[in-house]
Amino acid sequence: MDNHELGAGPAGPVPHRSEDPTVVAPDDAPRRRPVRPHRPAVTATALAVRAVLLGLIVGIAVWAAFPLVDAEAWVGLALLVAATAGLCHLYLTRRHVPAKYLVPGTLFLLAFQVFPVLYTVGTAFTNFGDGHRGSKHDAIVAIQTASVTQVPGSPEYALAVATTGDPATGPLVFLLTDPATGAVSAGDATGLRRLPPEEVTVGPDGRVTAAEGYTLLTVGQAGARSEEITNLAVPTAEGAIRSAGLSRAYEGRALRTYDADCDCIRDATTGKMWTADPELGAFVAADGERLAQGWKVGVGFQNLTRVVTDPNISGPFLRTLVWNLCFAAGSAGGTFVLGLLCALVLHSPRMRGRTLYRVLLILPYAMPSFAMLLVWRDMFNTDFGLINNLLGIHVDWFGGAWSARAAVLVVQLWLGFPYMFLVATGALQAIPAQLTEAAAVDGASPWQAFRRITLPLLLVALSPLLIASFAFNFNNFNAIYLTTDGAPFPADNPTVGATDLLITYTYRLAFGGQGAQYGFAAAISIFIFTLVALISAVTFRRTRQQEEVYS
Amino acid sequence: MRIRSAGVAAALALALAAAGCGGDDEPTASESPRAAGGTLVIWADDKRTAALKPFAEKFGQANGVTVEVQAVANDVLQSNFVTASQQGSGPDIVVGAHDWIGNLVQNGAIDPIQLSAGQRDAYHPTALKAVTFGGQVYGVPYAMENLALIRNTELAPQAPSTIEELVATGKRLKADRKVSEVLCLQVGQNGDAYHIYPLYSSAGGTLFGTTPTGDYDPKVLGVGTPDSIAAFKKIAALGEKGEGVLKRSITAENSISLFTDRKCAFLVSGPWATTDIKKAGLAYDVTPVPGFAGAGPARPFVGVQAFYVAAKGQNKAVAQEFVANYVSTPDLAVALYQADPRPPALTAALDQVRGADPDLAKFLDAGRDGAVLPAIPAMAAVWDPFGKAEAAIIGGADPAATITSAGRTIADQIK
Repeated sequence: MDNHELGAGPAGPVPHRSEDPTVVAPDDAPRRRPVRPHRPAVTATALAVRAVLLGLIVGIAVWAAFPLVDAEAWVGLALLVAATAGLCHLYLTRRHVPAKYLVPGTLFLLAFQVFPVLYTVGTAFTNFGDGHRGSKHDAIVAIQTASVTQVPGSPEYALAVATTGDPATGPLVFLLTDPATGAVSAGDATGLRRLPPEEVTVGPDGRVTAAEGYTLLTVGQAGARSEEITNLAVPTAEGAIRSAGLSRAYEGRALRTYDADCDCIRDATTGKMWTADPELGAFVAADGERLAQGWKVGVGFQNLTRVVTDPNISGPFLRTLVWNLCFAAGSAGGTFVLGLLCALVLHSPRMRGRTLYRVLLILPYAMPSFAMLLVWRDMFNTDFGLINNLLGIHVDWFGGAWSARAAVLVVQLWLGFPYMFLVATGALQAIPAQLTEAAAVDGASPWQAFRRITLPLLLVALSPLLIASFAFNFNNFNAIYLTTDGAPFPADNPTVGATDLLITYTYRLAFGGQGAQYGFAAAISIFIFTLVALISAVTFRRTRQQEEVYS
Repeated sequence: MRIRSAGVAAALALALAAAGCGGDDEPTASESPRAAGGTLVIWADDKRTAALKPFAEKFGQANGVTVEVQAVANDVLQSNFVTASQQGSGPDIVVGAHDWIGNLVQNGAIDPIQLSAGQRDAYHPTALKAVTFGGQVYGVPYAMENLALIRNTELAPQAPSTIEELVATGKRLKADRKVSEVLCLQVGQNGDAYHIYPLYSSAGGTLFGTTPTGDYDPKVLGVGTPDSIAAFKKIAALGEKGEGVLKRSITAENSISLFTDRKCAFLVSGPWATTDIKKAGLAYDVTPVPGFAGAGPARPFVGVQAFYVAAKGQNKAVAQEFVANYVSTPDLAVALYQADPRPPALTAALDQVRGADPDLAKFLDAGRDGAVLPAIPAMAAVWDPFGKAEAAIIGGADPAATITSAGRTIADQIK
């Protein structure tokens, strides 16, 4: 760290030392040569690397430009051009040296951190979720399509798709055979027209195989014009003839249609009306009935206030939060203590077969935690589980609140201590043995030496890892979801269980009830993000003070 | 020097960019002739993908269409399909369970399918009813599944006609130390609504009322009613504080293996269990799940696997043709049966495989009194609270209070 003797450093807080290499200490400045620094010659490799990378950037930009031009997204295109030009300028000139180092990291930060966070925040203010995914237009199309039914008593036509021109571009015509009479008609968007029987040949399945003046489309040719065929409706008195695949057609009618004047959906048979509600993003009838197909709208702070005001959420929130903190602290702390103990034992040079023990201890870390969590869940089974059978006891582990909590912490301990053992071993080896020897010479007991010298030095190196472990376990979804899934649940409340973390609990709320509610889920993740960020910030501040004390 | 190196770099960059464009153009160019024939994309889970591929290729070759069958893991198939079709990058056809229909329809992800009267008649009526939602047929069914009672005929030669008879036989076997459990019916720590439903329905419980058209009515909730309390009192009597027949320690993971290890003589499970049981070499028989004595019949949920046409697919006309007219061929249904042994929904296909596999008819028979698994979106709100109430009651909680609060939780979520 530095060359101060232990304890000889200033006891109070010292000015924070920046690790930023671009900041040069003022006392170095006079020694700097006033001339421009020596410029290394451009090697062929460097040039090639630069050309390839920039070429890739320009290539990606060109590739990304086509869809933008297609979608006529000119703002996006301008941004793309500006960004590409900026990047080329940056790496083709010799100026802006710090920016050359900063830009790649900043770009990745924007793409993988800032954008997802902004997107999540944006989603939290909408009702995005099942039933509210697309636009209002999508919803109207879906409602109308879903209501098209066959006109009662109408015939099922045998269909052949044909054209009067070129198979790829000519106007489409439906050649329809009425199965009852064998009469053939040609239908297009203008209506139906009978064809004289001598002009058509009908196959055994009733479909037209040849007709004068028409070219029949093969399935492949029809497939290329799929959208036109699906959209072609031949108007009739009762409704319209539409295709059902490529070999049959039916006369159908949309029972529910959208009326732009009243901004509502009307049912033709019952006359019932559903008026668009722009705040709910759904069509709502006078009696409160909603059509299932809705659309995405902004809902303001509704999702965020729901987290605070809904008694189902705010009620058990505090209890869940306390357990969540205990779980995260217990997981991080427990694994640290056990890992450190193992590391200390194996650190002693008197220990034999240290390598073997170390390999054995790392084993749990090498196994996929996903599978191990499921194995542990089965081991805690009351009647058939290994733990009860081995100990000859009959404990309903996941049935009682405290036994379930203890069980998940034991699983966490087993899964997590090898990691702590690894890092603690590394940190222990970095502490000079002279320090503890000097302490022993001064008359310190081994415990005192550990407590006053080894542990503080270890913590300097390991506290950031402990904080990271805490933050990870705070949101350790798998550890609960794959073992207890929140169990045990109180008989009177199936929404929150004794081992539920905030993340598993809110997952159940957001994705359990009415399908996926992404808007609500995003609102909750903002709360959790704030909590974890707050806890981490406070802890980091305290660690820094500690670091300053011991540095 | 500087200008030259910059110039070289720029030239190279442009060359690469041009190459990049070339690379981009090539697939587009090769796509255009393919697009002339049209591409049909089908999403299914791993097992069915393998069975579908030869048929899809045959259809493609016969019609000059490129058919791509893509495997998507079953547990993410529905959500991936909804998300992808919203973005316009979804498939033309998707294969999945019928209880997805409610959610797929509310997201505008699938289109109705117009089947002719003749085509409708070719399917098992229950299967057709399952894929009908709001009066429209949304999927073409190919397989059905429901729970049945599977019993070890060496241990229990007689099929029980009531739950009480089953319990008596099981207890006798347990007293003789031939088995350690009376009945293997998976409950798990957090319950299993699907597997308890036969007993719940026999005892008079319902999940939803029905509308005049015979559909489930989410506005009439059956959970939390006096009927459901009475039903759960009967289930509680079989629970851990009662007869000890239903146990939370019997889970989805261990129920079938307990049966194949001869730890229990009776197993409530579906066609998927037969593969393991045959492997274990047990003498077994499949009969309907019995009901309580003096109560109604047990009504297991009947689930159906079906083909759907994506509403936002690129090639809907061909997709409709494939689903409505090609999937209904018995050969395809038989191939799908061989990939995953569940009774085919197409009567003709069932007749073909019935002789070789007597279990199929027995499973179908066990589902004769069955209730179609609700496809309405409100069902999503039922699974979790109902299962947890079941687990709590089997563990000894008060049936009335527990099921009332489960009903309240469900009603809160269905709005």
